[in-house]
Amino acid sequence: MTATTVATYAVRAGGSRQLAGTGTLLRFALRRDRLMMPLWVGVIGLLVISMPNSLKTVYGTPAERADVARQMLTNSSLRATYGPVFSDSLGGLTAWRIGGYAGVFAGIMSLLIVVRHTRDEEESGRQELISSAMVGRRAPLTAALLAAFVANGVLALLVAGGLAGQGGGGALALGLAVAGVGMVFATMAAIVAQLTESARLAKGLTGGLLGAAFVLKAAGDSATNDGSSPLTWISPVGWLEELRSFADERWWVLLLFVAAVAVQGAVAYELAGRRDVGMSFLPTRPGPAAGRLGTAGALAWRLQRGAVLGWSLGFLAAGAAFGGMTKGASDLVGNNDKTREIIERMGGQAGITDAFLATMVGMLGMVAALFVVSSVLRLHGEETSQRAEPVLANAVGRLRWAGGHLVIAFGGAVLIMLLGGLGLGLGYGAGIGPVLAACLVQVPAIWTLGALAVLLHGLSAQWALGAWAAAGLALLLGWIGPALNVPQTVMDLSPFGHLPKLPGGDMAWTPVLFLTGIAVVLTAAGLAGLRRRDLST
Amino acid sequence: MTKANPAIEVSGLHKSFGKTHALDGLDLDVETGEVHGFLGPNGAGKSTTIRVLLGLLRADSGAAQMLGRDPWADAVELHRRVAYVPGDVTLWRNLSGGEVIDLYGRLRGGLDKTRRADLIERFELDPTKKGRTYSKGNRQKVALVAAFASDVDLLILDEPTSGLDPLMEEVFQRCVEEERDRGRTILLSSHILSEVEELCDRVSIIRKGRTVESGSLADLRHLTRTSVTAELAGPPNGLAHLPGVHGLDVQGKRVKLQVDTDKLDAVLRSLTDSGVRSLTSTPPTLEELFLRHYQEDVRTEAMAR
Repeated sequence: MTATTVATYAVRAGGSRQLAGTGTLLRFALRRDRLMMPLWVGVIGLLVISMPNSLKTVYGTPAERADVARQMLTNSSLRATYGPVFSDSLGGLTAWRIGGYAGVFAGIMSLLIVVRHTRDEEESGRQELISSAMVGRRAPLTAALLAAFVANGVLALLVAGGLAGQGGGGALALGLAVAGVGMVFATMAAIVAQLTESARLAKGLTGGLLGAAFVLKAAGDSATNDGSSPLTWISPVGWLEELRSFADERWWVLLLFVAAVAVQGAVAYELAGRRDVGMSFLPTRPGPAAGRLGTAGALAWRLQRGAVLGWSLGFLAAGAAFGGMTKGASDLVGNNDKTREIIERMGGQAGITDAFLATMVGMLGMVAALFVVSSVLRLHGEETSQRAEPVLANAVGRLRWAGGHLVIAFGGAVLIMLLGGLGLGLGYGAGIGPVLAACLVQVPAIWTLGALAVLLHGLSAQWALGAWAAAGLALLLGWIGPALNVPQTVMDLSPFGHLPKLPGGDMAWTPVLFLTGIAVVLTAAGLAGLRRRDLST
Repeated sequence: MTKANPAIEVSGLHKSFGKTHALDGLDLDVETGEVHGFLGPNGAGKSTTIRVLLGLLRADSGAAQMLGRDPWADAVELHRRVAYVPGDVTLWRNLSGGEVIDLYGRLRGGLDKTRRADLIERFELDPTKKGRTYSKGNRQKVALVAAFASDVDLLILDEPTSGLDPLMEEVFQRCVEEERDRGRTILLSSHILSEVEELCDRVSIIRKGRTVESGSLADLRHLTRTSVTAELAGPPNGLAHLPGVHGLDVQGKRVKLQVDTDKLDAVLRSLTDSGVRSLTSTPPTLEELFLRHYQEDVRTEAMAR
């Protein structure tokens, strides 16, 4: 699908010279991503193709599987989380259980690949040197999209091949749909990367659009039990569900992916051909001639305030959307022990509404861990970009320099959880207090992951990015673990696994205090390491 | 200038990164109030030394003192009295140049407002532009204005003029002279040898993490050869036997030679004995001094291969 777009636009833009060097750039991109890309594709692919086996252990008999499908017909809040079941075969349940999440992950992978090879390159100034060679104006964008195409293509093949045992057609459909979501967000990132000069902003904006697409699908699924809601239809993540893999596939839905990729690709191409290298369509405005910034802390706030604002709004909106869905949770008739068991493992023992709220609070908590890690790793970004060096050459101690960012990271985690809880409470329309308290109880686990990032950065700038892996693992265990009977010892790896399930469950102070203690110790150790080590140069 | 109280005192400094020995027993002495040139080929260890002095890296061994204090332990206190300009200034994309200048000023000992305005005008800098929209030279100017307007005792400049045009280079040199006149100490690492020759009281040349030459330019010149070209009234006499004469080239009455600068007297006496019609004598430039060390470097590397 990208190939046709590429060809059409090459001709319109005045010949193939616009694309000169694409092959070399593609090989270069694949070479640079030789670790990241296989890791993403492998993890997403394995998640999907291991699902039938895992589901078999949870829903052993056809009767149990049929029960799940019935549950989903009546339970709007569970549908919001996973979507409706269109077939109670193992394949159908796989598509139901993991399809949407696999699509989201493919979207994240794709947007990261595209921005990394377009706006990142321009922002760092590397693109200038590359563009001075025999490289066409549209070649970098083409190479980036092709790299995303390769990654998504391999992912599609992996899924289609791995699930072929459950039915070839359904496996192919699911594989193509996951890759389709990936390519939709690849081309969306390609547009956003033309609009802003900052790669960080491009990634954040596209990620926000991806989150919005997920929430739209969840809202649509909550409203109807057959995916017929317009909300689901306008979400690219929803199309994956509309394709109905393993349940009489509606192949024409693939055309939606093709159309979206073609249109977005065309827009990105048009923009890329028109603008100057390194520039963007949203111009940089001049700033003040004199500044009021006077401390390292003020500088840290200035650098992070945009991100904190974005996360705050996102959490408030997501909380409100989830809260609205919770209203339907009381419809639930919990006559399936297995489902009840899953919900209880995810959420809690008391009322199923509370369980649903607790699940949503847990989800917000795990996503907030991504905020805290990215905020702490600003330290890493400032250090490796050589911006920390002149700051530290002033009368600024390393502790004060790091402290400014850490206050924002740890304080910001509290702020966005409170806003998420506020949204949940307002959306649900009752009992804000307990929800806010539940959100605060998540904070020690969030802090623990942030503190791990502090520790890794304090030990060595090279290890700092390992904190992403830890946050990703916690997210994965939290989202997918409960339905798969993952052994408790593995679940215990995630700090979130230790928290009391609130609202509804009993408050347990021990894990909360224990995790807070761990966070304090890890942070202190990280700061001690930072004081001792060489700054990376 | 108080000899007893050097601004920077470094001896036997060692620093390795894995298997690379960036500093291998480096010595550096900078007197208070002087402009000290810090020279060496790329990768010789200049920036590593500066980063040790700024407390960004911790030396493996050796002694380092700056303004009488330990650059690692007393980093923050020291940095109140120090301004640093890196060779490659990176700015934040969403902060204007003016904001960065003021931030750096406040993070040091403070900023002289009138001097800031004066410097912005002289360097022809637009302080309202943001981060990436500055060219390389203009990013350097942001850091230079912040450093020169700061109220500090010591300026550490690491190839500060890279990217500046000749006009701005001239402004920079005037600024350095003004700073010296106010009694500030400047450590200037640079590859622009004419700049160093113009500004520096003393220089240190380092190679492979070690100091190979240190002293005033006059001292250093003394250790090297002067080129002499002369046209004589009669054929030269006994020049070849004089100590310290190198590369003697006699063509009839024309003589070209190089002589160790401390042996110049005897050569001139011998030339006047033959009767001098014309004479040019060129002292070694810093470039020649520098190249001599650099070429030794290349030669030893070539031999190692």
